[in-house]
Amino acid sequence: MKHVVIIGNGIAGVTAARNIRKRCDYRISIISAETEHFFSRTALMYVYMGHMKFEHTKPYEDWFWKKNKIDLVFDRVDEVTFDAKSIHLSSGKSLSYDVLIFATGSKPNMFGWKGQDLAGAQGLYSYQDLLKLEENTDPPGTPLSKRTVTRAVVAGGGLIGIELVEMLLSRNVEVYFLVREKNFWGNVLPAEESKLIQDHMAEHHVNLFLEDEIAEINDDGNGRVGSVLTKSGKVIFCQLVGLTVGVSPNVDFLRSSGLEINRGIVVDQYLQTNIPDVYAIGDCAELKTPPQGRRPIEAVWYVGRMMGETVAESICGVRTEYRPGNWFNSAKFFDVEYQTYGDVPSAIADENTFLWRHPQKNVLIRLVCDNQNILLGINVFGIRLRHEVVDRWLNERRSMDYAVEHLADANFDPEFYKRHEADIVAFYNKKYWKELKPAKKDWRRILGKI
Amino acid sequence: MRKLMLSARSLGLILFVSAISIFTSMLFVGSYEVSSEDVKAALDDRSFELIGAELINEVGGQSFSNAFEFSEQVGVVLDKHNDKAKAAGEWDRVIWDKKHDFVAKLSAVGLDSSMRNSPGLWLFLTFGLGALGGLLFVLPGVVLLGPPGIKNDGIFHSAATNRGWIGWIVFGWLVSFYIVLYFFPDLTTNWAVITDPLSFAIKNKPGDRWFLYGLLYCTVMTVMAIRMFIKYRGNKYQILRTSSVLFFQIAFAFMIPELLSRFNMPAADFKNIWPLDYDFFFGWNLDTMLANGTFGIFMLFWGLILIIVVVPVMVYFFGKRWYCSWVCGCGGLAETLGDPYRQLSDKSLKAWKIERYLIHGVLVFAIIMTSATLYTWFSGDSEIAGIDTYNIQKTYGFLIGSVFSGVIGTGFYPVMGSRVWCRFGCPLAAYLGLVQRFKSRFRITTNGGQCISCGNCSTHCEMGIDVRAYAQRGQNIVRSSCVGCGVCASVCPRGVLKLENGPEVARIQDNPIIIGREGIQLSNNVTS
Repeated sequence: MKHVVIIGNGIAGVTAARNIRKRCDYRISIISAETEHFFSRTALMYVYMGHMKFEHTKPYEDWFWKKNKIDLVFDRVDEVTFDAKSIHLSSGKSLSYDVLIFATGSKPNMFGWKGQDLAGAQGLYSYQDLLKLEENTDPPGTPLSKRTVTRAVVAGGGLIGIELVEMLLSRNVEVYFLVREKNFWGNVLPAEESKLIQDHMAEHHVNLFLEDEIAEINDDGNGRVGSVLTKSGKVIFCQLVGLTVGVSPNVDFLRSSGLEINRGIVVDQYLQTNIPDVYAIGDCAELKTPPQGRRPIEAVWYVGRMMGETVAESICGVRTEYRPGNWFNSAKFFDVEYQTYGDVPSAIADENTFLWRHPQKNVLIRLVCDNQNILLGINVFGIRLRHEVVDRWLNERRSMDYAVEHLADANFDPEFYKRHEADIVAFYNKKYWKELKPAKKDWRRILGKI
Repeated sequence: MRKLMLSARSLGLILFVSAISIFTSMLFVGSYEVSSEDVKAALDDRSFELIGAELINEVGGQSFSNAFEFSEQVGVVLDKHNDKAKAAGEWDRVIWDKKHDFVAKLSAVGLDSSMRNSPGLWLFLTFGLGALGGLLFVLPGVVLLGPPGIKNDGIFHSAATNRGWIGWIVFGWLVSFYIVLYFFPDLTTNWAVITDPLSFAIKNKPGDRWFLYGLLYCTVMTVMAIRMFIKYRGNKYQILRTSSVLFFQIAFAFMIPELLSRFNMPAADFKNIWPLDYDFFFGWNLDTMLANGTFGIFMLFWGLILIIVVVPVMVYFFGKRWYCSWVCGCGGLAETLGDPYRQLSDKSLKAWKIERYLIHGVLVFAIIMTSATLYTWFSGDSEIAGIDTYNIQKTYGFLIGSVFSGVIGTGFYPVMGSRVWCRFGCPLAAYLGLVQRFKSRFRITTNGGQCISCGNCSTHCEMGIDVRAYAQRGQNIVRSSCVGCGVCASVCPRGVLKLENGPEVARIQDNPIIIGREGIQLSNNVTS
């Protein structure tokens, strides 16, 4: 019986394991040094904020793995010898494999700032980082009245950065948020969207400094973080520094192993590496030729999951190309939900985009089209969309007019919520001198029956 | 501003704890003394004839310094009387009242306490102060909770909402409260008398423990509904649903029955449905309805229509939520008082298995008990297959009607979540659930592609449904237990879940496809 070894028990590795198990009876081992059982990394923030306990972040109960004959190895991989097809673990044990899948994920970027190793400076990615954050803010056994952390600086204008800001604010720590770009998450979001989130951050009393970044972190005389000097010359006294300036593939331990590595482990469209029977999936994989409109490394949950499914299909017999379909993603910024479908660049010519923002609320929709009015992508804030419907619009190359008319089909907000379709269509008609009428929601269209 | 709000909150907590302490300590104050006139006034003619003399002889004119002593002494007299009658085989001389119910009749006339003398004052010091304290505690949320959104910060850090010491104290208090309320009415005379002013105003009769319980239920639900309005402001579904359960509690469960009683009509909660309303078919109830002319006949037919027509039709169109989280009183308490505890429900597969056996077992029990009841009513035969119908009813009433639905159902909120009764015990929920599972337009649709398996949905499901297990594979949720509270969809950070009523086609998906992996078809699922 073939032995499939998966290094990494995140969403990519675990999805691969589950899907291999569905299809064939190979022996499966998953190695991880982070936690014994799979948990949802994206949910770590909720553990810190007290919405959940760590055990709630585990999508499968602990008996699941044994029942499905997936061996869990709680250990660290020191080295892989590809010639001998063997893996050497920190405990001294070694494992041999027939098929190997790297799903080692990411690690927080550290740019060698002065003081980045001081106590109280940290990234946020792993379970260990969560424990460290707890230790850095509220060490167990210390009452709230004795807390030493009252102010924090968070550097990095992306998703993890704003999550860390929200986490710290939930514990009443004052936060200074340094964002290098002109706008928050400016390399992904168009300026209007960034503005909406920036306004919302102000509602939550975030001290946001745009176009500024850490120059150096200085200690407080006791080896702990004491202050941050920014590139614009500000000095911010603080007891905690969050370093969340992106992540990069966690592949350093493989650098001299013979595996082709660029920023991540280089794979072809079948997710195979340059070494036979060795695959790489998820955050750590770098596609040699990414599909049209996609980036070589996409460190998001969904990509890990899709790659895990694809690689399982290949390993169990049907060689399958990684074809992720239309891009989609989502996030939540404090109280504002965000979903995106298709291609919405951060800079778009005005004639190719339609934008509507609610005059008071944090509600926004943007549609993007090509020069023939074919819909290319949608951003929504404060509105939920039905994935199935929008995905079909994109696949069927529907026009932006059609999408605007049929927004009711795509609406996924809870029942009784205030609907904005009429306002959106009215605004659209005004901009384009059109006379579209909002179509009523139709289940037959939603289910693809007409 | 924040400081001021925090102080208001602390003051509210102090007031609330004081009110609860005063309320609890009422069990221990007051003296009891019954004269021969009192005994005559308290008992019906038959009882007075049988035991009146003994009572007057043994306890009449004596002063007892608390309810416990009085209860014990009267109990001794009753036991002695019954033992003697039974030993002599004089069954027609036995007094069949439950001991504490019997004593309670005498306690009601014999009590002398400050509560009896100034009920208004004590009503204010308990209900008034408690509600005021509760409001002072929840209202600052408008400022403290910040902009509208999900407000679950710190719930797993708090000793009150994470089975900490506060949770266990509340658990102990609630369980004790229900035991005393249901089984020791002779101890609760002070509680009943403080409601006299309101009871006279509403139904022109003195207060009793059920009036007290109804009043308490409405007060608690009102304060906690206000808490819900603040916590879920910006979420119209939650606000409408909470308003609805509050309305049905105050109007249908409390005011209408009490007013009917004022006009000497049979009291009825017109939204209570058999088998939750387990004594609907009891002989005495049928007799009462049949003896009350057109109104009684209406009550009977309305009750039958609810069971046969309204439940299936409404569940078909809207799911069982129309009842469980929009109308029901038990559900109403769970959705208001229980909301801080919803996250404590057990989501394991094992719990689900236990749940299915228990809840359907109770439904079967209710059906058997009711069948026996109807057999007895129609045939006049008090036994069926050698088992006394009255004993079946008594067992059901004690085990399910009192212990399960009250003592466990509400008492266990702080340790097992807010829907212990609804999930494990309610036979009506079982009936609604069967319809919901097999013949309904209701489902929770999932945007499976966008799910990040974070677990907020499962964690905050009061029914213990592992919502995430479905969401992460893009499968609609059609579980029989889902009461449609909508909190899973509210707490989802990625807009994955939507409660909706839609066509039956495509409602149940055995092999869901998650968007975003073109060319891959899923065969069977690994978890099954």
